[in-house]
Amino acid sequence: MKLDDDQLTEEGAEITAGGRILLLACGALAHEILAVKKANGWDHMDLTCLPAKLHLYPDRIPNAVAEAVEKHRQDYSDIFVVYADCGTGGLLQAKCAELGVGMVEGPHCYSFFEGNEAFAAHPDEITAFYLTDFLVKQFDAFVWKPMGLDRHPELRDMYFGNYTKLVYQAQTDNPLLDAKAEDCARRLGLDYERRFTGYGDLATTMARLR
Amino acid sequence: MADEDDEIILSELDDDELVLQMHDDLYDGLKEEIEEGVRILLERGWEPYDVLTKALVAGMTIVGADFRDGILFVPEVLLAANAMKGGMAILKPLLAETGAPKVGKMVIGTVKGDIHDIGKNLVGMMMEGAGFEVVDLGINNAVEKYIDALKTEDADILGMSALLTTTMPYMKVVIDTMVQMGIRDDYIILVGGAPLNEEFGRAIGADAYCRDAAVAVETAKTFMGRKHNQMSGN
Repeated sequence: MKLDDDQLTEEGAEITAGGRILLLACGALAHEILAVKKANGWDHMDLTCLPAKLHLYPDRIPNAVAEAVEKHRQDYSDIFVVYADCGTGGLLQAKCAELGVGMVEGPHCYSFFEGNEAFAAHPDEITAFYLTDFLVKQFDAFVWKPMGLDRHPELRDMYFGNYTKLVYQAQTDNPLLDAKAEDCARRLGLDYERRFTGYGDLATTMARLR
Repeated sequence: MADEDDEIILSELDDDELVLQMHDDLYDGLKEEIEEGVRILLERGWEPYDVLTKALVAGMTIVGADFRDGILFVPEVLLAANAMKGGMAILKPLLAETGAPKVGKMVIGTVKGDIHDIGKNLVGMMMEGAGFEVVDLGINNAVEKYIDALKTEDADILGMSALLTTTMPYMKVVIDTMVQMGIRDDYIILVGGAPLNEEFGRAIGADAYCRDAAVAVETAKTFMGRKHNQMSGN
């Protein structure tokens, strides 16, 4: 099934095939979840994605997740939330505990793709701006336009003046994405680094869902 | 040309019209027009403090209200702030010369591990506009830097900012250290940043959480008023 990135950003998606467990995920993770699922033949998992653009308003994530859990609860033996804390300041974790569903550990997807332990091991990277495969593809929708840089490029240094480098955390080997990520760095006036992560803690977390 | 015919000549407006036009220009983030408006009002004999409060701060207050109400978004607020900064740059040396009222002194900075300063800069600017002296420590501040600055500057207020949920707990480290040193109650502590809320502010022992720059200014004024009342009551 071909997933449309714009749809994942704006509307989310439902990929169901009679699985017992529902993965309730951020739209920004859909491709990666499906890749891990397919590689392992995990047919017991269905996937429902909320719009990735919810990330622009982290305070809305817990309630959006709660609504989706309630909507799908009767159809599955278990629901697992594939979000990290994602800027909710612990509120998503509290909501998941209240709902009795599990969620991915870590502060955000940049952390769990690299592996939470490995990511925490370089706190010196506070001036790094991270992009994943999805965010490279959706750079204009997630970064450039919401920040008004399409209309007011002069604002760039007010946003990014304290950053030094863009780190592209590559989930896949894709020269086109690499080139696009490097161009994103150039547009933001930042140094560029590509770091292959694969699926990191996402894959190990999904492996535990039986 | 229609555009030329429609162009507003700021120097041809009377004072009231010019101030209203400056509010519009601030709203639209027109830095050069704001700088020109400030110069015109000064040439007409306005006190720098009046230019600051009636033209710039009043204009930014409208911007702040529309941001809070979801009419304006961050890019527009940044453009307006940039325009106000242009006007402030002209007024600041004059305000120092003319002895504008000083409401209090604030040390402000983004906490350790965090490099985000947009909100912090907005608060600092609006505090200055409201008559506070502001000592800006910049980004990525360790507890020692805050405490040294509070003492050295003989400040009234500590302002701490964070954008990340991973860095906001550091505010508690700073406050706990101040408690251990027995200096916590010597200062008003205000905290802010996108992932914070009132509950967090209370939990870490701050005096108040301020959701935006306008609230920070009003909260700071309120606490300074109480402080003066306490001092005069002793």
